[in-house]
Amino acid sequence: MKKKFKLTAVILFLILNPLGQRAVFSQSLSSSELINNAKEYDGKLIAYSGEVIGDVMLRQEFAWVNINDGQNALGCWITAAMAKEIKFTGNYKFRGDRLEVIGIFHRTCLEHGGDLDIHARALVKIIDGRIVNENLNSDKLNLSLILLGALFLIWILMLFKHKSKRI
Amino acid sequence: MILKPRLEDLKIIGFYLSKIILGLAITMVIPILFALCSGEINPALDFFISIEIAVLLGLLLMKICQTDKDLNWMQGMIVVSLSWLVAMILGAIPLYLSGHWKSFLDACFDAMSGFATTGLALVQDLDHLSYAHNLWRHLIMFLGGQGIIVIALSFFVRGFSGAFKMYVGEARDEKIMPNVINTSRFIWVVSIVYLVLGTLALGITGLLNGMKPLNAFFHGACNFMAAFDTGGFSPQSQNILYYHSFAYEVITIIIMILGALNFKLHYHLWMGNRKELIKNIETRTLLVTIITTFSIVAVGLAQTGIYPAATVLFRKGFYQLISGHTGTGFQTIYAQQFATDWNQLALVGVILAMALGGAVCSTTGAIKMLRIGIIFKGLKEDLKRIIMPERAIVIEKFHHIKEVFLEDKLVRGALTITLAYIILYGIGAIIGMFYGYPFIGALFESTSAAANVGLSCGITNIAMPVALKVTYILQMWAGRLEFMSVFTIVGFLFASIKGK
Repeated sequence: MKKKFKLTAVILFLILNPLGQRAVFSQSLSSSELINNAKEYDGKLIAYSGEVIGDVMLRQEFAWVNINDGQNALGCWITAAMAKEIKFTGNYKFRGDRLEVIGIFHRTCLEHGGDLDIHARALVKIIDGRIVNENLNSDKLNLSLILLGALFLIWILMLFKHKSKRI
Repeated sequence: MILKPRLEDLKIIGFYLSKIILGLAITMVIPILFALCSGEINPALDFFISIEIAVLLGLLLMKICQTDKDLNWMQGMIVVSLSWLVAMILGAIPLYLSGHWKSFLDACFDAMSGFATTGLALVQDLDHLSYAHNLWRHLIMFLGGQGIIVIALSFFVRGFSGAFKMYVGEARDEKIMPNVINTSRFIWVVSIVYLVLGTLALGITGLLNGMKPLNAFFHGACNFMAAFDTGGFSPQSQNILYYHSFAYEVITIIIMILGALNFKLHYHLWMGNRKELIKNIETRTLLVTIITTFSIVAVGLAQTGIYPAATVLFRKGFYQLISGHTGTGFQTIYAQQFATDWNQLALVGVILAMALGGAVCSTTGAIKMLRIGIIFKGLKEDLKRIIMPERAIVIEKFHHIKEVFLEDKLVRGALTITLAYIILYGIGAIIGMFYGYPFIGALFESTSAAANVGLSCGITNIAMPVALKVTYILQMWAGRLEFMSVFTIVGFLFASIKGK
C-alpha cells in the first residue's frame, strides 16, 4: 500500500512538474510495445516495470541496470543513488527486485552510442527480490540412478564377454 | 548400377560414430564440474543424465559394430554428417532437462545452432539460466567451431588413415601440419591461447564496466567462445547490448575478425610471417567485401535517419555488419529493430555480408572469401581473354599461403559451392515466405541460418512453425558441413532404397 502510494506520488509529481512538458505514459508500457513503436515513444516520459537481471553496472555517478518484463530486457540508465535501492538482481539463484522506472525513452540514445534505452527520472521498488531455493528434483535423481544401473549392467556384461573370449 | 550398402559399411560407420559419441560424452564433464562448484544441483543432474545416455549409446554402438577396419571416403563422410545430428540430439538433452526450452525440438534447434556456430536461439528466460547450462551453450559453440571431428582427432583417435576422410567431411580441406591429427591439435592450441587472452580482455573490461568478478570472467569466457567461434550466443537475453560498453564492442569485433581468419593464416602469423596477412587473397577479399557491404548498410541507414550522428551510425551499422560478415551473430540492437528501424537497403547489405562469410578453414560458415576471390579472379581472367589478342596466353595467379595458378577446376569448384549456398539460402527464404513472412525478412533469416550467422530480424522465436524450425536446423547442418558429407548421406540413403 505504502509502495503504491509512493509510486502514485512520483507519477503525479512527474506529470505536474515543469519537466512534464513531454507526454507522460503513466501506465507501464511493455518492452515489446516500446521496441516495436520506438519512434512514437522516442524522447517521451514513460513508465516501464520489470525484474532487474544480471549486474548493476556502476559507471561513476550513474549505473546501468537491465530490466526484464518477461518479453525483453531494456537497459535503464539510473543514478548511483537509485542503484543503492536495488538489493537483488535476477539470475539462476535469485529473483531480482521488481522495479518501476519512470524516465525518458530513447530510440537511439546519442549519449550511449545509439542504444535503445531509458534514462530514469524516478525508480520505485514494487516487489523485493528473493533467493530461489533449489530443491533436488527427485525424478531426475531416479532417472540418473536407473541409467547408472543400466550402465553398470552393460559394463558387467562386457567384462564377462571379454573374459569368456580369453578362456 | 547403384550398389546397396553392405552390413559391413554400417558396422564401420557405427563403430567410428560410437567413438565420436563417447568423445562428446566426456566434454559434458566440464559443465558438471562447473555446476558442482557453483552449487547448482539440478543442472549437474541434467548433465549427469545426459552423459549416462551418451555413454550407454556409445558403448552399445561400439559393441554391436566392433571392427578393426578403416574408413573409406563414403563411410568417413557419413560418419561426419551423422556425428553432427547425433551431437545435436545428445547436446539437446541437458538443455531440454533444464526446463528453459519449450519442446525437445526447440532444444535441438539451439543445440544445432550451437554446434554449427550459428547463434539463433529459442531459449526461454535466458536471464535465469544456470551457469552450467549457459556454459554448455557456449562450449558446444567452441567444440562445434573447431569441429566435432577435430575434437575426436585431437584427443580420442590414435592415428588412422581414415582421419583425413572425416576431417575433409567437416568442411576442412586444408592441412596446416603434415598430418590431420597434428593439424587438429594446432587448431586447439591456437584456440586455447586465444581463449585465455580473450577471456582476460573481456573479463577485465567487464570488471571495469561494473560487473561482479565472477560474472565478468564467466561472461568473458562465454562471449569469447561465441565470438572466436563466430557463434553468437551470449549469456544474457540482450546479447552484447547487455553490457552497454563501447570497449566490449571493440574487443568482440577484434575477436570476431580473428575467428573469421583461416587457421593456416594464424599459423603463418604465429611463425612471424606477417606479410601473409597483406598478400593473402582471403584477407584482401574480406577487406573489399567489408568496405562494399558496409557502404550499402551505411547508405541504407543514412536514408532512414534513425542514427542522426555519424559516429552512432558507424557504431551500430558496423557492429551488426561485422557480426554478420564473420558469421557471428552478436547484436547490439534488438532483433525487431532490424524490421522496424532498418530499411531494406541496409538489410540487403547485411544479407550480402552474411552470405559471403569469412575464410576457409576458419570457424565461419557461408560461401567464404577464398571462393569469392577465386570467382573474381576467374572473371578477371575471362575478361582478359576477351580483351587481349587471341594468341595471347592468359595466366592468372593468386596468393593463398603460396602462389597458386588459377585453374578451371578451382573456379568450377568455387562456383559449385557458391551455387549450392545460394540455393540453400533461397529454399529457406521460399519456405519462410510460404508461412507468410515478407521476402526480405525470410531471406535474412534463411541466410542467417544457412550461413551459420545467427543475426535475427525476429522470425526465429518459439511461435514460428515447426516446419520452419526443422528447415533452419537442416540449413544450419548443411551450411556448416558445406554439402559434401550431406550429399553423401543423401546418396547413401538413396542407395539403401534403390541399390542392388
